[in-house]
Amino acid sequence: MKQEIIIAGFGGQGVLSMGKILAYSGLTEGMEVSWMPSYGPEQRGGTANVTVILSDSPISSPILNQYDIAIILNQPSMNKFESKVKQGGILIYDGYGINDETKRKDIRVYRIDAMDTATEMQNDKVFNMLILGGLLKVSPMVKLENVLLGLKKSLPERHHKLLPMNEAAIRRGMEIIKEI
Amino acid sequence: MQEEIKLMKGNEAIAHAAIRYGTDGYFGYPITPQSEIMETLMAEQPWETTGMTVLQAESEVAAINMVYGGAGSGRRVMTSSSSPGISLKLEGISYIAGAELPCLIINVMRGGPGLGTIQPSQADYFQTVKGGGHGDYRLITLAPYSVQEMADFVALGFDLAFKYSNPAMILADGIIGQMMEKVVLPPFRPRKTEAEIIAESPWAVQGKLKGRKVNVITSLELDPVAMEQNNLRFQAKYRKIEETEVRYEEYNCSDAEYLLIAFGSSARICQKTVELAREEGIKLGLLRPITLWPFPSSAIAAYAEKANVKGMLSVELNAGQMVEDVRLAVNGKVKVEHFGRLGGMVFTPDEILAALKTKIM
Repeated sequence: MKQEIIIAGFGGQGVLSMGKILAYSGLTEGMEVSWMPSYGPEQRGGTANVTVILSDSPISSPILNQYDIAIILNQPSMNKFESKVKQGGILIYDGYGINDETKRKDIRVYRIDAMDTATEMQNDKVFNMLILGGLLKVSPMVKLENVLLGLKKSLPERHHKLLPMNEAAIRRGMEIIKEI
Repeated sequence: MQEEIKLMKGNEAIAHAAIRYGTDGYFGYPITPQSEIMETLMAEQPWETTGMTVLQAESEVAAINMVYGGAGSGRRVMTSSSSPGISLKLEGISYIAGAELPCLIINVMRGGPGLGTIQPSQADYFQTVKGGGHGDYRLITLAPYSVQEMADFVALGFDLAFKYSNPAMILADGIIGQMMEKVVLPPFRPRKTEAEIIAESPWAVQGKLKGRKVNVITSLELDPVAMEQNNLRFQAKYRKIEETEVRYEEYNCSDAEYLLIAFGSSARICQKTVELAREEGIKLGLLRPITLWPFPSSAIAAYAEKANVKGMLSVELNAGQMVEDVRLAVNGKVKVEHFGRLGGMVFTPDEILAALKTKIM
């Protein structure tokens, strides 16, 4: 098993931390993992992306030109990464940030209205956990219990009181993702 | 006890490995993309546990001269920076090499020249292995290609530095510094005691000791006859290092018709290129120099002599630096070309394969 994933959106959306939780979850399952962020002069509102690879065998390049799964959270990222999903791969996007939907027919496309749901839940901070839930629903690459362990490992202890809220958001994300 | 596997950035791995090695002091000045080294050291507060000193100096120049002083007293001392900061340290590095002192220097390279960019680059190859600072000196240079090697090369770098009384450098780049992957950290070992340092490093300055004459450490020798003798001693040491300390790794080389030569993060990306090429039936291999100085010239020359090897592509995040050493090794026996991206841009595995097809095949 090998999953090559790009998560791309605006800085401040929790792109890097979502990737980190995914990487920690893979580690908990005993997989090989790599987490490679774009580390430009990132700022809230600028673009940010992270490549996460989970694999049963040693990982070669942490930088890729094609992905099994692309999680697209804004229009610039759609423009940049839409064409880089492998044939038969998965593209997940948040409906809020996207004006031009993908025209590709050779991949599976899912929409998750995580921004709207986070607003409904009156909690912007769970946005990335809703997305993560959606991802795990369409591609259950790691067990939920290991994701929760991964979440615990990647959060500093002072934030551990937020774990139940994040778990609830992951479960909600699994419900709201839709195939297009 | 079962080994504990952790997930961390290459920069963080260096900091943890330094504490665990029993390093006596770190002196640095922040610069992207390596700032996590000092950040992690400060967060870990090793002065409370092992007694290691961690100091943010007022400048890179100050930091390297603190290293010079610490090394002169026989301590295990280190500094880290990124390309522009290393340029500032070069005067000190030349002095340390001239005084024949051991220390560890880490360069997490970024795109230049000048202040350049903060994105990954390998454009400091020449600076590191061909001098950089003034005078006929050499830096033992290790090129890690994984977070695990970032951790492992701290001990290797210090051990080689002390074995040869010579500065060692870990030459990484923004990719290896910033990426997170699994790492098994080395076990803790205690820092050397004063008595151990005096016994192991009779050259170290330790004040006035009973029964030992005062040591003087300097790179200055105004008598050219004596200075030539110093240089001949350095050169003899460098030849010995070249004979004994070459390290490299081979991937799919045994039946290869074409070879990629790449170090550090480029070698990681090239591994994927080898996978892609093999899927197409192209017999491609990768030779990865681990020590950039001493360079694995003999290993590369041996492949150039093989009847089935038709050409080599030196893949580097620069405009063509290591390719010169590859060509020297190959000496015209097979075609050698270079492929690179510049200024912080990074090639993808398929771009390298395309370059191989147009430049070599």
